[in-house]
Amino acid sequence: MSATTSTRRHSVSAFLFEHARLRLALLLTAPLFWLGLVYIVALAALLVTAFWTVDSFTGEVRIEWTLDNIVTVLTASVYQSVTLRTVGIALLVTVIDILLALPIAFFMAKVAGPRLQRALVIAVLTPLWASYLVKAYSWRTVLSPEGLFAWLVEPIGGSSPGYGIPATVITLSYLWLPYVILPIYAGLERVPDSLLDASSDLGAKPWRTVRSVVLPLLYPAVIAGSIFSFSLTLGDYIAVSIVGGANQMLGNLVYTNVGTANNLPLAAAAALIPIAIIMVYLAAVRRTGALDNL
Amino acid sequence: MRLSRLSKGVLGALTAAVLAIVYIPLLVVVLNSFSTSQTFAWPPPGFTLEWWARAARSQGALDAIGTSVIVALAATAVSLVLGTLISLALQRYEFFGRSTVNLLVILPIALPGIITGIALNNFFRTIAGVQLSLLTLIVAHATFCIVTVFNNVLARLRRTGTRLEEASADLGAGVWTTFRLVTFPQLRSALLAGGLLAFALSFDEIIVTTFTAGTGVQTLPIWILNNVFRPNQAPVVNVVAVVLILVSIIPIAIAQKLAGPESGTPRASAGRAARSR
Repeated sequence: MSATTSTRRHSVSAFLFEHARLRLALLLTAPLFWLGLVYIVALAALLVTAFWTVDSFTGEVRIEWTLDNIVTVLTASVYQSVTLRTVGIALLVTVIDILLALPIAFFMAKVAGPRLQRALVIAVLTPLWASYLVKAYSWRTVLSPEGLFAWLVEPIGGSSPGYGIPATVITLSYLWLPYVILPIYAGLERVPDSLLDASSDLGAKPWRTVRSVVLPLLYPAVIAGSIFSFSLTLGDYIAVSIVGGANQMLGNLVYTNVGTANNLPLAAAAALIPIAIIMVYLAAVRRTGALDNL
Repeated sequence: MRLSRLSKGVLGALTAAVLAIVYIPLLVVVLNSFSTSQTFAWPPPGFTLEWWARAARSQGALDAIGTSVIVALAATAVSLVLGTLISLALQRYEFFGRSTVNLLVILPIALPGIITGIALNNFFRTIAGVQLSLLTLIVAHATFCIVTVFNNVLARLRRTGTRLEEASADLGAGVWTTFRLVTFPQLRSALLAGGLLAFALSFDEIIVTTFTAGTGVQTLPIWILNNVFRPNQAPVVNVVAVVLILVSIIPIAIAQKLAGPESGTPRASAGRAARSR
């Protein structure tokens, strides 16, 4: 390397060393360009597109301001019934997951020894990483007419629920269960054992301690878990298309409008429904302090 | 609190039962990939390797694996660069809007996939005016993969502190030399862990993919989704599903080992895993 380039390099380096703001600007330019340009612009544009229209002749998006899409989404009976169904499924899935998660999280945090506790945390975490699609697909197999579920319940006179709403609820509960267990477990870890001992020293039976001490302290963590199961269900459309038969959720309507119907403005308006519901839900639970538990 | 032996037993049994429900469907998929029954009758009437052989010859599945690998590698490369830059900026500097930038990194993965998917679809087609293609898919994947690299590098930077870098500067090393010889070696395993997670995240993604892949661009999850309703393809789909389980779990296991204690806590992992959706 020649002496001049090395001095020049040295002076650039020294200049950068003395100018922290410049270094910061250099660090941030590329990522902010990417995230800002691609993502924030995309989100803002989504909002705007909902108020545009599609040329019925060419199928091209036309910039013509209208509230038609919003009105359609709010009043058309298909959107109303699908929204109700989706919210219903989301609530049911959330309740099921919380009921399943509470005893497990309690066992992990307060009953299991340190070794078993570590093993259980890993056991709960690992399936989170197994492919989402494969997990939904696995329930298609289990619930198939000749599948494991039918084989288990037929001797006692039951039958597989087949593909439909119940299968969708089962599959979604299955998919989001670890997301609900983990915040509740973390919340229970933070409940000091001394409080439980104090409660039982004062004469409370275990059930009373759970009801009057554990659950009130755990409330924010439960809400944090419910945010996952609720909002993930609202946005889902793959699971219902794999195990839900012909049933549709909000995500399917968005997807059909983007794809076959080729009506982006209407799809954008439909996508605002889950966003709005999630926002309302987040605003409602904000005061519980749940958001700090995420 | 003193629990009776009975209630401990009941809690333990419930835990075991739910864990069984968590793992059994995945095991069924693995077992069915060897089953002689093409309709996956349970219990499997017999075992065969035929489906694995047929999957190995399935051109569609092989092409899809190739596409998935290209997309995941490219998205990982972009997110390694951007994630490292942004975590250095956030961890080493105080500036106005720092928490906004932090939110900006997390947002693509915190919002439901369908929102990210349709927003990017709309951006590419209406605003940027480009056709959906392999490239748009890579851009979309990189956008939500940045967070995994960011999380790992940020945690590492927080743990290592700035003392070594200051010593390096005191000894006369310039900005580049310090980065090359001091900062980067400290980050190496965090970068590898973050990169592996980004790869797994991209390889497995389906929702954003359905909105941003061009026609004819088939990743492995898309291939599965397109073939899952075709009865004669069922056994091959099942084999591919097993492959997908392996490809998504193995990098994670390695990443967990590499990332060390800072990312091994249940909370950190839960947060990270949550963001994977």
